Amino acid sequence: MAETPCVDLSKTEEILGSYPHEEPSLIQVLQDVHRAYNYLPCDVLVRVAEVLEVPLAKVFSVSTFYKAFSLEPQGDTIIKVCMGTACHIRGAGQLVEELERKLGIGADETTEDLRFTVKTVNCVGACAMAPVMLVGEKYWGSAKPARMEKYLAAGGNDEN
Amino acid sequence: MRIESSDQFKAYHAEARTRDEGLTRKILVCCGTGCLATGAKEVAEAFVHEIEDRKLDVEVGLGVKSTGCHGFCERGPLVAFLPEGLLYTKVKAKKVPEIIEKTIIGRELIPGLLYKNPVNKERIAAYDEIPFYKNQVRVAMRNIGRIDPTDLMDAVAHDAYAGLAKALFEMTPDEVLDEVETSGQRGRGGAGFNTARKWRSCKSAPGDRRFVLCNGDEGDPGAFKDRSIMEGDPHSVLEGMIIGAYALGAHEGYIYVRDEYPLAVVNLQLAIIEARKVGLLGENIMGSGFDFDIQISRGGGAFVCGESSALMRSLAGMTGEPRAKYVHSTAKGLFDLPTVLNNVETWAGIGAIVHHGGAWFAAMGTDKSKGTKAFSLVGKVKNTGLIELPMGTTLRHIIYDIGGGVLKDRPFKAVQTGGPSGGCIPEELLDLPVDYEKLTEAGSMMGSGGMIVMDDRTCMVDVARYFIAFLTEESCGKCTPCREGLKQMLGLYDRLIEGRGTDGDIEKIEALAAGMQLGSLCELGKSAPNPVLSTLKYFRSEYEAHIKDHACPAGICREITAFEIMPDCDGCHACPKVCPTDAIAGTKKELHVIDHEACISCGACLDVCPTDSIRTFPKIELAAEEVV
Repeated sequence: MAETPCVDLSKTEEILGSYPHEEPSLIQVLQDVHRAYNYLPCDVLVRVAEVLEVPLAKVFSVSTFYKAFSLEPQGDTIIKVCMGTACHIRGAGQLVEELERKLGIGADETTEDLRFTVKTVNCVGACAMAPVMLVGEKYWGSAKPARMEKYLAAGGNDEN
Repeated sequence: MRIESSDQFKAYHAEARTRDEGLTRKILVCCGTGCLATGAKEVAEAFVHEIEDRKLDVEVGLGVKSTGCHGFCERGPLVAFLPEGLLYTKVKAKKVPEIIEKTIIGRELIPGLLYKNPVNKERIAAYDEIPFYKNQVRVAMRNIGRIDPTDLMDAVAHDAYAGLAKALFEMTPDEVLDEVETSGQRGRGGAGFNTARKWRSCKSAPGDRRFVLCNGDEGDPGAFKDRSIMEGDPHSVLEGMIIGAYALGAHEGYIYVRDEYPLAVVNLQLAIIEARKVGLLGENIMGSGFDFDIQISRGGGAFVCGESSALMRSLAGMTGEPRAKYVHSTAKGLFDLPTVLNNVETWAGIGAIVHHGGAWFAAMGTDKSKGTKAFSLVGKVKNTGLIELPMGTTLRHIIYDIGGGVLKDRPFKAVQTGGPSGGCIPEELLDLPVDYEKLTEAGSMMGSGGMIVMDDRTCMVDVARYFIAFLTEESCGKCTPCREGLKQMLGLYDRLIEGRGTDGDIEKIEALAAGMQLGSLCELGKSAPNPVLSTLKYFRSEYEAHIKDHACPAGICREITAFEIMPDCDGCHACPKVCPTDAIAGTKKELHVIDHEACISCGACLDVCPTDSIRTFPKIELAAEEVV
C-alpha cells in the first residue's frame, strides 16, 4: 500500500457526503469514486471503509468481486470488446487479437502511456450489430479487425 | 401540475392526446443503442433543424420524435413516418433535406431508402408490411418506437398509467391480484414462475414492510430486450411496479440495472423524476392515498447478480453471492424482509394486463404459457433485432419468416436459447412451438429470450466451451460444485478444441455435469451443464470428430484447422487485405495461396471470399503430407 501514489481525497469526501453512512451505500459510493478517479485507489478504499463503518476486508472483497471496478489506474480511453454469444460467433475474438497486435496489450491491460485500457465484456446488449466494440462511449457495430486503426483514431469522440 | 384525482388524470390524459393529435404528421427517429451507433442522433438533429428552418411544424403540423428501439437494428438508423406508416432504413443525416423535400413536401417515396426483402429482393414501403414487423404482437414493448421515452406526456397519450389509474380508483389490491392471476402471466426473466403466485406468497408473509424490485440485470449474452424496454419505454416498467406495490401493500421499490446499460439508467431516472413531478409516483399517488417510491441501483458488472438472492445482497451493498433456495425471498428477501422481484419485461406487461384485463392477455399464447414474449433474434440470421410474439410461435416461423433465414443462405445448424443456462436446438426441432415447457423439454430454456442462430460455420464444441468459459469467469465461487466443476470442465474442453482429447473425455464431462446439477447452490451452477448436455445430445458426432479425427467439422477450432484456397479462386484479392498475418500471396486475377506456416487459422479470409473458394481441413492432414 505504501507504493500507492497519494491521491486527492477531497473528491472522496464529497462523494461520501452525499450518501448515508451505512453498508448499503458501499457499491454506489465505489461506483462514484471509480468514476472520479478512473480506478479505486487504495487510500480511498481505506477512507470509504472508515466512514461507512464497513471492515476494509469487506470493501476490498466488493472491489474485487464486481467487474466494473479496477484497483489499477486505467487508460484515458477504455476499449470494450463485447464477448456476448452473438459477437463470439461473429468473430469478436479476432478484434481482441487485432488490438493486441496494434496496442501490444491483451484483455484487462493498459498501455504504458495510459492512453488505452482494453477490456472484454460479457454482452453490451447490442447483439443485432455483432460483433460490437466500444471505444470510449462510441459504439462500433459490425466491427472488423481491418478497420481497427479507424476505431482507435476516432478515440473516445462521439462523432461519426 | 400535480394529479390529485381520477378526474385530473383523465384530464391530463385528454390534454396529452390533444397535444399528440395536434401534430398531423410525425417523423419517428429510432434512437435505440443500435441506431445511435450508426448515427441516429445526427439524423434526428438534422430533422429538427430542417423543420425549424422551413417552419414545417407550423405549416404542415410536422413533428419529430426520438424514440426507443424499433427493434430492426440491422437496418439502422430507422426512420418511420406517420400517418403514412412508411419506414426508411439506413438513413444518413445528409439525406435529411432530400427526405423533407421529396417525402414530406412532395409526398413521394425514395426507393433507395426502403427496406429490401432479402427473400425476393422486393422493396417494401409500409412498416406493417415488412415481414419483420408484420408478424409481431406487442404487449411489453407496446409503446417502444412510438413514444419519446423522455417525454411523460407522450407516454400518457399512448395509455401509459391508464392501468394504474384503473387499479387505484376502480380496484382493490386483491382484485388487482385476481386480474394478474387471470392473465396467467409467468416471469419473463427465464424461470417462468407464475407472477400472481409469487405476489400472493409475498403478501401472505408476515410483516408490514415489504419491497418491490425490478431485475434489470439482463446478463444473458445475446439478449437485450430488457435494455430496449428500459431505454425505450421506462414508464411501462414504473407503472407495472406501482401496480404491483399497490396489490402487495409495498411502499419502497428498487430497479437494479446492469452497469453496461448507461442509457437505460438515464432514461429510467428521468422517467422517475417526471412521474414524481406530476404525482404518478411518490406520496399520495394521483391523490389516491397510496404511497410508493422507486430508486435505481446500478449493478457492478457481475452475471450472478441476475440471480434473485445475489441481486438482493448486491442491493444491500455486499458481494453478489446467492444463498440456498429453501429460504424464499418472498418471505425473507431484501434486508431479510418480504420481497417480490420480477423481470423488466414482466413489469412492463402488468400495466397492459390491468388496463385490458387478464382475460385479454390469457387469450394469447399456449395452454401453460400465456401472452406474448420478447426475443432478441441475433447471430447468423439476416434480419437481426428485437421482436415480440405470442407464445407458441414456432422456431421456424421466427427464424425464416421474421428473421429472413440464415445469413448468406448458409445451412442452418442450431439456435441457442436461454443464455448460459440454455441449450442449442437442432434443425429437426425447428417446428417446436416456443413456450416454457417445450424449450425445457428440448434441453434448453426460455431464459432472457435471446435466440442466437448458428450456421454450419459454428462449431458446437466451441459454443459449449464458450459458455463454460463464460460461467467459469462469472461463478461467484461460493459453492464447490460450480466453482471447481466449471474449472475442470473448461480444462477438458480446452483439450478437445486443441485436438488433445482422448477416449473417455465425453464421459468425464457428463459425470461433472451430473455432479454440478445435483450439488450447486444456485441456478447458475445447476443449469451450467445445459449448453454442454444439449450439444452432446444433438451434436455428439462433432465432439467425436474432435477426439477421434482431430478435426473440427465447422473449421473453427484453430489448433486443428488448416485453410486452403481452391482452384476456382478468381483472384479478386479480397482475402490478402484482411489477413492479419500476411499469410496469403497472389496477384490479382490469379490463384492465391495460403502459407500454412504463417496462417493462424483465424478464418478472416473465408468470411470475405465472395466465391466460396476457401476450404478448411484438419491440420493433421498437413503433417501427413509432409511425411509423404
